[in-house]
Amino acid sequence: MNDIAGRIETANREALGRMIAGDPVLVDVIPAAEAIPSLQDRMILHAGPPVDWERMCGPMRGAVAGIAVFEGWAPDLETANRMAGEGAFDFRPNHHFDAVGPMTGMTTISQPVMVVENRAFGNRAYCTINEGLGKVMRFGGNDAEVLDRLRWLRDGFGPAMGRALRSGEGIPLKPLVARGLTMGDEMHQRNVGCTGLMLRALSPAMAASAGDLDGLARALAFIGGNDQFFLNIAMAMGKAIMDPVRDIEASTIVTAMSRNGTEFGIRVSGTGDTWFTAPVEMPEGLYFPGFTEADANPDMGDSTIVETVGLGGFAMGAAPAVAGFVGAGTASEAANFTRSMAEITLGENPEWTIPAMDYRGVPSGIDIRLVVETGLAPTINTGIAHREPGIGQVGAGVVRAPLACFHQALRAFADRMGVS
Amino acid sequence: MSEMSEKPKTELLDRPLMVVNIGLESFAADLRAEGAGVVHVDWAPPAAGDPELAALLAKLGA
Amino acid sequence: MSRVIVNRVRKGLYLDSVALMRFSRSIAGLAGVEEAALMMGTPANLGILVEAGLLDGAGEHAKGGDLVIAVRARDGDSADAAVAKAGELLDQPRLTRGETAAWRPRTLRAALNQVPEATLALISVPGDFAAAEARKAIRRGLDAMIFSDNVPLADEVALKREARDLGRLVMGPDCGTAIINGVPLAFANRVPSGAVGIIGASGTGIQEVSCLIARNGAGISHAIGVGGRDLSEAVGGISTLRALDMLARDPASERVVLISKPPAPEVSARVLEKLSGIGKPATVCFVGAPPMAMPANAVQAFTLREAALRSVGVSGETPPPALPPVPTIAPGRREIRGLFSGGTLCAEAQAVMLAGKIAVASNAPIPGAAPASTGAAESLLLDMGDDSYTRGRPHPMIDPEVRDDAVRQAMADPSVAVILADIVLGFGAHGDPAGHLARAVRAAGGAERALLIASVTGTEADPQIRSVQIAKLEEAGILVAPSNADAARWACEAVQR
Repeated sequence: MNDIAGRIETANREALGRMIAGDPVLVDVIPAAEAIPSLQDRMILHAGPPVDWERMCGPMRGAVAGIAVFEGWAPDLETANRMAGEGAFDFRPNHHFDAVGPMTGMTTISQPVMVVENRAFGNRAYCTINEGLGKVMRFGGNDAEVLDRLRWLRDGFGPAMGRALRSGEGIPLKPLVARGLTMGDEMHQRNVGCTGLMLRALSPAMAASAGDLDGLARALAFIGGNDQFFLNIAMAMGKAIMDPVRDIEASTIVTAMSRNGTEFGIRVSGTGDTWFTAPVEMPEGLYFPGFTEADANPDMGDSTIVETVGLGGFAMGAAPAVAGFVGAGTASEAANFTRSMAEITLGENPEWTIPAMDYRGVPSGIDIRLVVETGLAPTINTGIAHREPGIGQVGAGVVRAPLACFHQALRAFADRMGVS
Repeated sequence: MSEMSEKPKTELLDRPLMVVNIGLESFAADLRAEGAGVVHVDWAPPAAGDPELAALLAKLGA
Repeated sequence: MSRVIVNRVRKGLYLDSVALMRFSRSIAGLAGVEEAALMMGTPANLGILVEAGLLDGAGEHAKGGDLVIAVRARDGDSADAAVAKAGELLDQPRLTRGETAAWRPRTLRAALNQVPEATLALISVPGDFAAAEARKAIRRGLDAMIFSDNVPLADEVALKREARDLGRLVMGPDCGTAIINGVPLAFANRVPSGAVGIIGASGTGIQEVSCLIARNGAGISHAIGVGGRDLSEAVGGISTLRALDMLARDPASERVVLISKPPAPEVSARVLEKLSGIGKPATVCFVGAPPMAMPANAVQAFTLREAALRSVGVSGETPPPALPPVPTIAPGRREIRGLFSGGTLCAEAQAVMLAGKIAVASNAPIPGAAPASTGAAESLLLDMGDDSYTRGRPHPMIDPEVRDDAVRQAMADPSVAVILADIVLGFGAHGDPAGHLARAVRAAGGAERALLIASVTGTEADPQIRSVQIAKLEEAGILVAPSNADAARWACEAVQR
C-alpha cells in the first residue's frame, strides 16, 4: 500500500475511534446567548450550509421573519421581511456556532437551547427545543400562536427543564439511544421510544424543582404529547459526537451533513471546515392525506447529523415500521438499507446495536471514497415540509445526499493530499 | 528468495470452496445449483465509470 | 430511404455483458430495426458503435458507467418503438427470492462481511477493471480467478508479482475454466473427482482433457487455469509455478497434467525445472510444440487426447479409432474448413493436420501454420472465439449463431471438402449447441455437400448430456469423432483418400 493510503487509513482509524469514544450527556438548558457567547443581536443562525436571503426557501423566510419579531428586531412580519431584504440580519449556519437545528433551524440570542456535553472530549453542542407538530417555526410558522409558544419555551419550559437537569448529573444519551434502538426508534423519523425514556428520566427532577403544579403539568404534557421531542436532543448529541472528529489531517470521514432547503452540504474531516454543496434532492416517500409531491418543500434541516453518526436511515434495520412510513418498502426491506450503508462506512458502533440484525452495530464513519466508489449516497429518513411557510409536515420519505457533494469533496481532498 | 523459507499458502485446496462472484450472474447461479458456497456481488464500475474519479480513488487507496 | 439512428443513454445503469447481449438480440429482432446494441459507454464500446453505424450525438456523451441504447431502423417510428422496448426490458423488476428482497453486496468488502470464510474471488467484470478487483481480493487473503479478457498485460504482470509476494494464486486473466475441490467454475464440465491434477493455460484445453479423463473412468482432483499469457516471457509463468507448488503438496493429486501452447523458452525451462521437483508423475502437453527434453518424472504428449490417455496410465501407443466409411469426396472439393469455438481445440487440430502433412492456415496459427490471410492452403482452421470475431458479440460457446453462420457459408462453398466443428458442453456453455448446429446444417440442405465432422467435449453428467448431443449431430448427418484430435485426424484421412 502506498504511503498516502496508509496515512488515510491511520487518520480514519483515529476518526472512527473518536466517534466511538464519544460520551454525550444532556446537561442543561440555557439561553443561546449564554451558551454561544459570539451570538449577537440580529444574528440569525439557520440550518444547513451558508445561504443568503435571496436564495432562502419559503419556510425559512417565514421562520426568519417570525424570529425577528420574536426577538423584537422588527415590529411585525412585513417589516421583518423588508429588513431581511435590506441586509439587516446576519445569517450564519448553526454548525459554525456549535449548534444544530431541525428544518428551518432558527437559533437566536434569547431562545433556550439544550446543552449536550461530550464528556470524552469536553466539547459542547446546542439545539433549540422541539416545538411539537403542525404550525411551528421549524416549518416556517410565524403567527401569534407560534411566537407565543416560543415565549413559553423561553420563559417557562426551558428554564424548568434546565433546573431539572442541573439538579442531577446530567442524562447520558448513548445508553438511552441504545435502548431506543431496541424499541423501534431510529432517532430521525421515529423517536417515540426515546421520548418516552427521556420523559421518565426528566420528570422526577422536573417535579422536584417545579415552581407551580400548572407549569409542571403543562411541561410534562408538552413532552408527552410530542413523539418527536427527542429529535432535537439526538441532533445535539450527534453534533457533540462529531465535532471532535473534525480537522484530522488525511481523514476521509464525513463530519457533518446538512441542508438549508436550497443546498445540501457536507464537511469532511481532512478538509476542515469547507462545505461541499450541491442542490438538495427531492425526497421519495409517502404523503399525508390531501398532500402530494407538488406541495413538498425541498429537503431541509441539520437533522442529517443523526445519519452522520450512524442513526436515522443508517439504522433503519432497527426500525422496520419506519420503512413503511417513509415509503422505503416493507419491514423486511428495512434491514437492506442498513446493509447498504455498511458499504460506505468504515466501521460499526458496538454500543448501538440492532437486535433484529444479530446485534450488528449501526454503520459508522462515512468514507467519501466509498461513497464515490460505489455510487451509494447516504440514505436519510426525513420529514417533508409544505413549501408554504407555517403549514407543517406533509409527509415523510427517504432522500439521498447528492453524490456531487462527495465528488467535490474527493477532488478537494486529493488536492490537499497532493494527489491529482 | 528461497521458497522453502516461505510458508506455502495452499488454503484454496485445503478448505471448502467459498466463492465471491464479481461479474456475470450466471456463474453464481451455476455454483448455487451445484451446491457450492457463493455470494454474488452486484458490481458496477467504480465511480460510475468516471475515469478521473476512478483514478483518484485508486491513488487514495480505495 | 433514409435510415434513422436513435440513441438513449441511461446514466449510471450497469448491466453485465451477457445480459446486454441478450437484450441487444431482442431489440435487433424488432420490426424495422436494422441493427441494435445495448452497451456500456466505455470509449472502446463507443468505438464499436461508431463502426457499426449506431452512434448519434446523444450516445457520444455517454461515460463508462452509463448504458447506451443504440438503434438503427428504417424509419423513426420503428426506431422509437425499439428504444422504448429496450427501456421496458431494462426496467423490468429483478426476480426476488422469497418474500424478502434479497440483499446483494455491491463490493467485495461488503461480501466479505457476509462470508468472512470466502476463499476465492471469481471475477468476470470488464477487463479494464478486473485487475483492480483481483488486487483487492488477494490483499484480503483470497485467491482470484479472472475470467475477464482484455486485461492489459502490464496489469497482469503487476498483479501476479504482488500475488507471488503475498503467496496467493491468480488464475487468469482470460481463465475460462477451473475445477477446485470438485466444484466446476465458469465454463467447466461435471467430471468425477479423482487423482489427476490439471494446470492449463487454456480453458477448452482443460475441458477436453478433463472430459477425456472422465470418459476413461478416472477423475480430476483440481483443474487450475493460469490464463493464456501466464507462460509468456513478460509474465514468466508465475501462476503456473504457484499451481505446481499447490498440486505438489495436495494429497488428492497423484499425477499432474500441464496444458498450454508452447511457452517462451526461458519460462519453459523454469516450469520444467519446477515440475521435476514435485515428486509426482507428470504429462506435459504444449500444443504445437516439437519434441522437447522432459524431466525424468514427465512425459510429453502432442495432443490433448494423448495427454489425457497418458495421465490415466494408458499408453499413447493405443491406436486411435479409424475413420468410419464415408461417401467419396466430390472432385473439386479440396479444403478442410475448421470452425472452432475453443482456441486450444483449434490449435490441436492444426497440430494434428501438420503432423498429417496437410498445409494449415489459421487466424490463430501455431508454429508451422500460416496466417489465415495467405489463403489457398489445404486447410483453413478458424478460432471463432478469437478477439476479431468476438468484438461486440458474444463468444460462440455462449451463442452459437456466429459459428453456425460460418458453417452455412462453408456448406455453400463448393471448394470445401470437410467441415470440422467442436461442440463444447458444460456449465456456462449454450444449452444445446448440437441442436443449433444440426438445425443450421439441415437448413443448408443440398444433396451433395461437404463431409461434416464434429467432436463433443463433455460428459454424460453435463447439463446438455453428451450422448443426447451426439445423437442430435448424427441425426443431421454429422460424423462424430470421440475426441477433437480424432476429428482432425479423420478430416485428414478423408481428404487424403
